[in-house]
Amino acid sequence: MYLLRFSLSFIFFFSFFNNLVGQEFDVQAGKKLFNANCAACHKLNKKAVGPALRGVSAKYDREWLYSWIKNSSAMIKAGDPQAVAIWEEYNKVAMNAYPQFSNSDIDNILAYTDYIPPAPVAAVTAPVVTSSASSSGFSNSIILAALSLVFSLLVVMLFLVQKTLKRIAIASGVDVTPPVKEKRPPIWLVIAKNQFLIFLMVIGFLLSSAYFVYGYLMQIGIDQGYMPVQPIHYSHKIHSGANQIECKYCHSSARASKHSGIPSLNVCMNCHKNIAEYNGEEDLENGYTKEFYTKQIKKLYAAVGWDEDNQVYTGKSQPVKWVRIHNLPDFVYFNHAQHVQVGGVDCQTCHGPVEEMEVMYQHSSLTMGWCINCHRETNLKVQDNEYYAKIHEELSKKYGVEQLTVAQMGGLECGKCHY
Amino acid sequence: MILILYRNKTIMNRITYLSILIMILFGVQSCYNPSKPNYQYFPNMYEPVGYETYADSDAFANGIEAQLPVEGTINRGWQPYDFPDSNEGYEAAKANLISPLEVSVDHQKQGKELYGIYCAVCHGDKGDGQGILMTREKYLGVPSYADREINPGSIYHVLMYGKNAMGSHAGQVNATERWQIAQHVMQLRQDLLKK
Repeated sequence: MYLLRFSLSFIFFFSFFNNLVGQEFDVQAGKKLFNANCAACHKLNKKAVGPALRGVSAKYDREWLYSWIKNSSAMIKAGDPQAVAIWEEYNKVAMNAYPQFSNSDIDNILAYTDYIPPAPVAAVTAPVVTSSASSSGFSNSIILAALSLVFSLLVVMLFLVQKTLKRIAIASGVDVTPPVKEKRPPIWLVIAKNQFLIFLMVIGFLLSSAYFVYGYLMQIGIDQGYMPVQPIHYSHKIHSGANQIECKYCHSSARASKHSGIPSLNVCMNCHKNIAEYNGEEDLENGYTKEFYTKQIKKLYAAVGWDEDNQVYTGKSQPVKWVRIHNLPDFVYFNHAQHVQVGGVDCQTCHGPVEEMEVMYQHSSLTMGWCINCHRETNLKVQDNEYYAKIHEELSKKYGVEQLTVAQMGGLECGKCHY
Repeated sequence: MILILYRNKTIMNRITYLSILIMILFGVQSCYNPSKPNYQYFPNMYEPVGYETYADSDAFANGIEAQLPVEGTINRGWQPYDFPDSNEGYEAAKANLISPLEVSVDHQKQGKELYGIYCAVCHGDKGDGQGILMTREKYLGVPSYADREINPGSIYHVLMYGKNAMGSHAGQVNATERWQIAQHVMQLRQDLLKK
């Protein structure tokens, strides 16, 4: 009897254990397969190119799912009613065939799509973050209050000490009244009578005011540090800093044209068709929360006319009124392609650490002196450029240098930029 | 305290002067607002007379200068592309489309550079589908080139129109550049298959 009971419990325990381990394994392997093969078109909770997959195994027969995943287009051709219905609902986009999946692979994926992560984890972490943030603020104010208390105590103590000392001095008969000062003419009268000093002071005053007036006049028309508020809060820090997207991915015309254009919204949609929510780091101090960033993505959808729920363009678009930051005067010619593609100048040389800018601003002064200075200091990149080989050789012989600067190539000629 | 100050006129004067100076400095400081552009000496010399590409304009009904080209406009160097944006078009391009470029070191170099700008962020430098957006889990489901039956024609077609979650990149790279990228992708695929 005892033996039977023991063996039963053992079997029960073993099967339970086995089941648990098996399921854990299923979900992990399924997640990996899902992310590598399915996630491009399917999301768990939201419609994408294909339907949302959470709980899909309950909707369809398992055998049907096996054959659908392995080769869906064959099923559509064969006229399976369920298959044709899905195909038509999703704009007749055929799903890739996955003949390489075994049935157990598909079981793993389905285990992952059915798996609902334990919710309390998120709920627990959130309050922890807020409480730690508030506690740090709390402790700061405590320290400040303690410091001010200590200082006020010190002041009171000093006052008391002085008072007692005075009393002791009076008691012991020491004269504590301050000595009477000799009457002297006030300092301004002395200065006013000294003409040489007046002369020096006038010169000094004129020079220093000229310095400030000159400084003020020279910064007119320079927009260094200009940081306008844009209609959509686009963070270069997130896109080109954290996600390391190349500048030229979006500003592709910098390679081939005079302007480094503002990317059209279809370039945003290359990624944001899929990325509808922000899940990255937050900057609570400045109010850059996840909701804030997600709202910016929704602004993009509104402008480009993207219907998120049905995954189609509505055709109702409206232009985004970006505010131009870098603006050269009309009488200056500047060519991006010439600098970026031929010269091989990094974008950051002129635009500064854009990958660290949460809000874009003008880094350089963009004055003529600034241009000229760079042309004087920068060496030409002529290696592997046959077009310039001959002129480079002759010019370097003429100037007697190894490396020509842009200025020596004619980069200081007026007509190069002003015509 | 105030009485002492009042008796001592020089101190009083100094304090008023100082506070006036500080107020002036604050006044100057508060004029600086980084969200507004600076003054200009002669705006009519700085501001262009002609229309700026993305500027407002009352010349057109929708109020912007940048207009779509008239329907049927063909730009310089335009090449006809007969394969439609559909599954059949993809299959047809895969079967029939052949690169007009010779396989060369120059194209290879260009293709590699362009791949680094436009593709590597998702597809990875090696084409194994492990780009930075994948490893940071911003974007999922990018396959390795080794797992897909692709050829230059199909790569060109996908760059042209996009496929599934990938968007069209025709606005960012021109026809020659698309072929250069296709050449580099085929090179990456070979390298991956060797392993």
